Formats: sequence, structure tokens, C-alpha cells
Amino acid sequence: MSALLEVGDLSVNYGRVEAVRAVSLTVQSGEIATVIGANGAGKTSLLAAIMGLLPSRGRVVFDGQDLVRVPAEERVAMGISLVPEQRDLFGTMSVADNLALGAFRRGRAEIPARLERVYALFPRLEERHRQEAGTLSGGERQMLAMGRALMAKPRLLMLDEPSLGLAPLIVRDILQTVSELRDEGVSILLVEQNARAALRIADHGYVMELGAATMRGPAAELAADPRVAEIYLGAAQGMS
Amino acid sequence: MDFTIALFLIQDGIINGAIYALLAVALVLVFAVTRVILIPQGEFVTFAGLSLAAMETGGVPGAVWLLLVLATGAAVMDAGVALRERSPVKAARLAMWNLAPAIAIAAAVLILVPLKLGLAVNVVLCAALIVPMGPYLYRVAFQPLADASVLVLLIASVGAHLALTALGLVLFGAEGYRTSPVVSGSFQIGPLFVTGQSLLVVGATLALLAGLALFFGRTLIGKALKASAINRRGARLVGIPTMLSGRIAFAMAAAIGVVSAVLVAPLTTLYYDSGFIIGLKGFVAAIIGGLGAYPAAVAAALAVGLLEAFSSFWASAFKEVIVFASILPVLLWRSLTSTHSDEED
Ligand SMILES: Nc1ncnc2c1ncn2[C@@H]1O[C@H](COP(=O)(O)OP(=O)(O)OP(=O)(O)O)[C@@H](O)[C@H]1O
Ligand SMILES: [Mg+2]
Repeated sequence: MSALLEVGDLSVNYGRVEAVRAVSLTVQSGEIATVIGANGAGKTSLLAAIMGLLPSRGRVVFDGQDLVRVPAEERVAMGISLVPEQRDLFGTMSVADNLALGAFRRGRAEIPARLERVYALFPRLEERHRQEAGTLSGGERQMLAMGRALMAKPRLLMLDEPSLGLAPLIVRDILQTVSELRDEGVSILLVEQNARAALRIADHGYVMELGAATMRGPAAELAADPRVAEIYLGAAQGMS
Repeated sequence: MDFTIALFLIQDGIINGAIYALLAVALVLVFAVTRVILIPQGEFVTFAGLSLAAMETGGVPGAVWLLLVLATGAAVMDAGVALRERSPVKAARLAMWNLAPAIAIAAAVLILVPLKLGLAVNVVLCAALIVPMGPYLYRVAFQPLADASVLVLLIASVGAHLALTALGLVLFGAEGYRTSPVVSGSFQIGPLFVTGQSLLVVGATLALLAGLALFFGRTLIGKALKASAINRRGARLVGIPTMLSGRIAFAMAAAIGVVSAVLVAPLTTLYYDSGFIIGLKGFVAAIIGGLGAYPAAVAAALAVGLLEAFSSFWASAFKEVIVFASILPVLLWRSLTSTHSDEED
């Protein structure tokens, strides 16, 4: 195993607000790394900065290459895909067109093969391939957002709260799909509110608080850590 | 007004409306992809028309020098960015990429135009001159502002329009020109005289609109442009470079300008500054259509053309006033009926 993504001392500012403070993390190739943290901890900002959507300070190295001057579009071509918190689908276009555009950097020739793969993962999308993306249900939108990202055949897939607003059964399916992808060799950086579920499928975990990464370690250890349990798992435990 | 006059006015209105439809579609296209309200769209039309007129007499059109000026501007800006990144090799490469096509086109025009090879060759040369001006203009005036607000982009657009008009006066002179019709002759249908050129206007407009529909509906690059318009961040996330979408949209707008010029230059005398009024009518149509939908813009353009034709019959002195004032009730009605969406920033 070697580091596919290395983030060093990454900081993001919105004016005077420092949303991400000198965060360092690595994603080994073939693993799931997860970042958990409360609302407003800076998780979304961290992923946006890694993707190149936000200006940031610090180092982002992907597969040995420094990404400082690489714009987001080129990062996609290099093999990084982000499924954003807002999904950012093309609402007035069909499911099939959304997926085809996911393979924009791969070219027309690769679309059929990728499409077959994505439809195998999410048969629901194939049933609805003519429907406008904007009219899909929340779960279907999440499937489409993931499918669109997978069309690019990424080596690193970053997921920002894939379970947001979804029913527990669908959350389980989506996370199940995430572990399948890892088993196929896609490395994954997963941001989740649902800390328990995330730590269960992840290999390594990071806890973010007020913009800083305050705890890190193997996912199982984090899940067992009393501090993590108290802050992030307590409530969930009570409910389940 | 009798029936014959009404028919005549309708014909006139449809021809004008077809031209405005082309302009409106170009404006909608550029706005959707880049959020720029492209005031200089009219300049593409006049510069193409004046170039055609110049080439018809074997004269070298001033647009050659304009193309070189814009290419140089784009080269300097691209190279500047590369130099700030301290990569002189990249700077040189980018400068070459910008300058080489413009120089090649200018050379071809300088060599071929005096030979007077005929209308078809002239139209091709005219397209070669005017279409690249779109992407160059985008590079020079709008790309540095890609993240700015619609208002800032509009101000840049007005600036570009003023600069281009001033350059137009220097390069083409103050005189007006009209080209000979692409299709000559006319024939009679019932009480109506129809000229070949006016049929061409309607036919070419329909063909172009159909071509655009195919481009956006069937090709991956067309879908990518549409996607950049629907959700800019989503487009970046699938790897569509915003800059590329902008350049393509501007190239298409300039190309539509060339088509408009071929159609309109034989029908009306063009001056270096005629672009503004022509463009403004396309703009009225685009606004009435909601700046978002092509079919609505085309319908509105036809309405503008008809309104113009009939008002020139009833109140010719107030023709322009009536056309431009027609935007007000539509905007009022829109603001009363539309539910505000804050989705687009
Ligand atoms: N565009 C912005 N302008 C100003 N402040 C912002 C902006 N985006 C985010 N912030 C602030 O930055 C901080 C981190 O936000 P971020 O969205 O990264 O958190 P998060 O961990 O993803 O939260 P959540 O779990 O709620 O999604 C928050 O305090 C937020 O208010
Ligand atoms: Mg978030």
C-alpha cells in the first residue's frame, strides 16, 4: 500500500473565517478513509479544496504529483472525482445524459462500457434513464451523483455525506456500494455525519473539530475511543 | 390597410424576425453558458457584413487587422499568466497558439481576396475572419472576469462594444455598404412578391435553429455546453473546463453573426455602428423570451419583427420607440407572474 493522496497543512479561509486549519491526511491506495465531525467542522470545505474548487494553502499531492496549479477540471482527468454535498446534477437533463457527461474526459468511446458498470451498481438508474435528473427522489439523486462520478473511472472517489437525507435502508445500500468499490480498487475519502456507519466500513478515520483534525487512527480504534463515542456515537447509540 | 399590404408587412416582419431570432439565440446561448449579455453580438454581424462588401470589390477588409489585434491581446494575456507562474516555455507556447491561426487566416485573406474568387469563397474567408474573434474576445474581455457578477460582466460587455465600434470606424470607415444578394430574382405567390433572398433568410434561419437543436441534443460537446449553463460547479466536477465552454459559446455566437450578415447585408445598408440597433432588437427578443429558452426567444423575435413591420406602416417615426418600449409591459407581466427562484446566484 502506498499513499494515493497526501494532504499537508491544508488551510481554507472564507474572508476572516478559517474553515480548515492546517489539516494533514493521507488516503492509501485501495482504502476507505473517513472524515467525521460536527456540522460546520469544515469537512465540505476540506473536500472542495482537495478537488481544487476552493483556493487553499498547503500541499495536495495526488499519486506523487503536486496539484497546486492544477484546476479542478484537470484533477478530474487525473482520476479524482467528488460527489458533492449538493449533488450538483444537471437538473433539466436526463439521467442518461448526466451519466454520459460524467465520462466527458474519457471520451465517447468509453461511455457504453462505463454505463454498463454504473447500471449494474444502480439498476434503478437504468430504469429511469430517460427521466429528468431534477425529478428524481433523494435516494435516486444520490445514486445518480455517485454514478456520474464513477463514469469518470476515478482512482480516488470523494463522497460528501452520501447518506444526507436518506432512509436508513438506502444509506446501508449506498455504504455497501462504497465498500464494493473499494474492493474493486477505487480509493475512497468519505465524509459522513453518520459516524458509526462510516467507521464501520472505513480503514482509517479522522475527526475534525472547528477546522482542525484532532484525532486520527485506524477506524476500529476510533470507533472504540471513548472520546469519539461520547461526542459522535452517543446519540446514535441511543437511537438504534 | 388592405389585405395585400398586410401580407407584405407580414412577410417583412417574418424576414426581420428571422434575423432577430438568430441574434436572440446567440445572446441566449452566450448568456446561458457564460452569464455575459453579449452587446457586441451586433458587431459580429456588421463586421462580417462589411467584410463581405469589401471582399466583393476585391478589397482587403479591415477585419483582418482587428483579428490580429485581438489575437495579440489574447496572446499577451495568456503569456502573462504563464510568466507569473514562471514558465517561459509555456508562455511562448500559449502565445504561439493564439497568434498562429490568426496570422494564417490573415495571410490567406490577403492572398485570396484580390483574386475575387466569388461569393462562396468570400463567405468562407469571412467566417474564417470573424468566427475566431469570438473566442479571442472572450479571452481578452471576459475570461479574466469569469467569476464576476452579471452586472460586472455587462459593464465589460458594454466596454467591449464601445471599443469594437471605435475600432470599426477606424478599420471600415464611416461609409455604409450593402452586398449583392446571395440569391437573386423574385417570384410571385398570389398577390405577394417574394424575393429569393427573403426565402433564403427564412430557410437558413430554420436550418440553423435545427442544427443548434441537434448540436445541443445529440453531441457530447453540445451537452457539455448545456451542462455548464445548468450547473457550473457540476460541469467542473465532470471535467468540463469553464474556459473551453466560454470560448466555444463565443465562437458559435460569432458564427451565427456571420450567417446573419450573409442574410442581412444584401437587404440593408450596414455601417460600422449599425450593430448596436440590430443587436438591441435581438436583445429585446431574448429578454422577452426570458433569456433562457431558445424557442421562446425565437417566438419573441418573430413578434418583434412583426411589431416593427406594422409600426413602420402605422407610425413609422415611432417604429424603434414602439419596438423597444414593448419590452416594458412584458417585463412587468413577468415580474408579476414569476415566482422568484434564488437558485441561480
Ligand atoms: N462560502 C462560505 N462563506 C463563508 N463561510 C463559509 C462558506 N462556506 C462555509 N463556510 C463556513 O465554514 C465553516 C465550515 O463549513 P463546511 O461546510 O466546510 O462544514 P461541514 O463540516 O461540511 O459542515 P456540515 O456537516 O454541516 O456539512 C462553517 O462555519 C461555515 O459557516
Ligand atoms: Mg458539509
